[in-house]
Amino acid sequence: MPLIKSVQAVGRRTVNIVWRVGVASRFLFQTLLQSDMSIRRFNLVVKELFASGVMSLVIIGVAGMFVGMVLGLQGFETLKRYGSESALGSLVALSLVRELGPVLAALLFASRAGSAMTAEIGLMKATEQIAAMEMMAVSPIARVVAPRFWAGVISMPLLAAIFSAMGVFGGYVVGVVLIGVDEGSFWSQMQATVDFQADIMNGVIKSFVFGFAVTVIALFEGFDAPPTAEGVSGATTRTVVQSSLAILMLDVILTAFMFRGA
Amino acid sequence: MSALVEINDVNFSYDQRAILKGINMSFGKGKVIAVMGGSGCGKTTLLRLIGGALKPTRGDVKIDGQVIHELDERRLYEMRRKMGVLFQFGALFTDMSVFDNVAFQMREHTDLPEDIIHDLVMLKLHAVGLRGTHNLMPAELSGGMARRVALARTVALDPMLILYDEPFAGLDPISLSVVGQLIRKLNDALGATSVVVTHDVQESLKIVDYVYFIADGVIVAEGTPDEIRASDKPFVHQFVHGEADGPIPFHYHASTSYAQDLKVSA
Repeated sequence: MPLIKSVQAVGRRTVNIVWRVGVASRFLFQTLLQSDMSIRRFNLVVKELFASGVMSLVIIGVAGMFVGMVLGLQGFETLKRYGSESALGSLVALSLVRELGPVLAALLFASRAGSAMTAEIGLMKATEQIAAMEMMAVSPIARVVAPRFWAGVISMPLLAAIFSAMGVFGGYVVGVVLIGVDEGSFWSQMQATVDFQADIMNGVIKSFVFGFAVTVIALFEGFDAPPTAEGVSGATTRTVVQSSLAILMLDVILTAFMFRGA
Repeated sequence: MSALVEINDVNFSYDQRAILKGINMSFGKGKVIAVMGGSGCGKTTLLRLIGGALKPTRGDVKIDGQVIHELDERRLYEMRRKMGVLFQFGALFTDMSVFDNVAFQMREHTDLPEDIIHDLVMLKLHAVGLRGTHNLMPAELSGGMARRVALARTVALDPMLILYDEPFAGLDPISLSVVGQLIRKLNDALGATSVVVTHDVQESLKIVDYVYFIADGVIVAEGTPDEIRASDKPFVHQFVHGEADGPIPFHYHASTSYAQDLKVSA
């Protein structure tokens, strides 16, 4: 019976997904539980901060600048219709700190640092480095996973901040330097409208949540990858796809809580 | 001589497929023991059972009088500190230099100051003849050198039990005999017990004290190297002389006949 078969297939997939979510939650719990080494030996986290944070600086900075430039161009075109070009500064800054900064920086972080984490841990597993560590009585969760987790959680808000700052600069270059919007009103409007608590802090919270989600997905996929070439490549793809979807979904939820009606 | 490792009636199944069926072995202190058998006969599974990475479906593995699968995680990790495992291709940490690889366990498990760790690492690397490579990364080493560095890392904390998973796989003849000699020398120098899982008959017969042959999950033959060489058991004869067909058939079992597969009448 094809009908029963397809119902069975849906059921199997659902059970599978629930199962994986359970395993991933246990993995996250273990990571948090075994984080004492990351605190005691913070240099392990610093090394990973360099790999995932510092190495992502260029792509984050350049992308932020381009996005800011596009916002400057598009925003100017639209605002001009209402004769309020002077509000360009607030438009650029608000779009960036509330939405584009955290979301786009997280998407770039997922594809730059997240995929690298998955591939690295997956390959460590495939070449028996994880098993070797376990046999040397060193927990791979404490030694390999936890430092990367904290590095991801710490670096994401910082990267999002850099993205937004570069974006504001890009908007300034296009709006003020190239198009000729009044410099005074560009900055003063921005200062007047961007609220520290409601805009900047909420953006920071978002990027923190995204960093958490991306890093957990990337590390879990790497740790769970079948130890073969296809296994690692499949896990890397899943990291990028799942983190991107998770970022956008979490963004809807967080935005609904943070900015409703305000 | 008391036994360091005792394997009592160990059975292990993976997904209903029996891999080991009632294995009994005993490894005396100070000995080098070889466990041989064709690919996929359950040799590596046996090593994983000894290391506590797998749990037997029946029977137990005792090391130093303690049943491995009954230990909690903390005590299992304590036991593993006294063990060294050399993985098939070395499993060196690719993001660390040779020096840091050998120093890894010392840094994780001891509070030794860095200058003493430096001296110990140099001693270990010197023992495998690779003191000059301490600044290199694992990717810069040849296969044989990587295996020797991994060997230095395995014995970093002077283990009482050393497990070798296919230490000879993929090595050229010179590296092969160098690694073989090192296994014997390190074992004797440390007063350890070594278990070598391998299918390299000629090399291992030169260095070991006792040999177990496993086929289809059971021990089919055992004895000292001389007894093995003189054995007239068909399986051992086939294995030692590398004959293509014998008790281990050349053809994998097929559910249909050759004629049926070629669609010709027999």
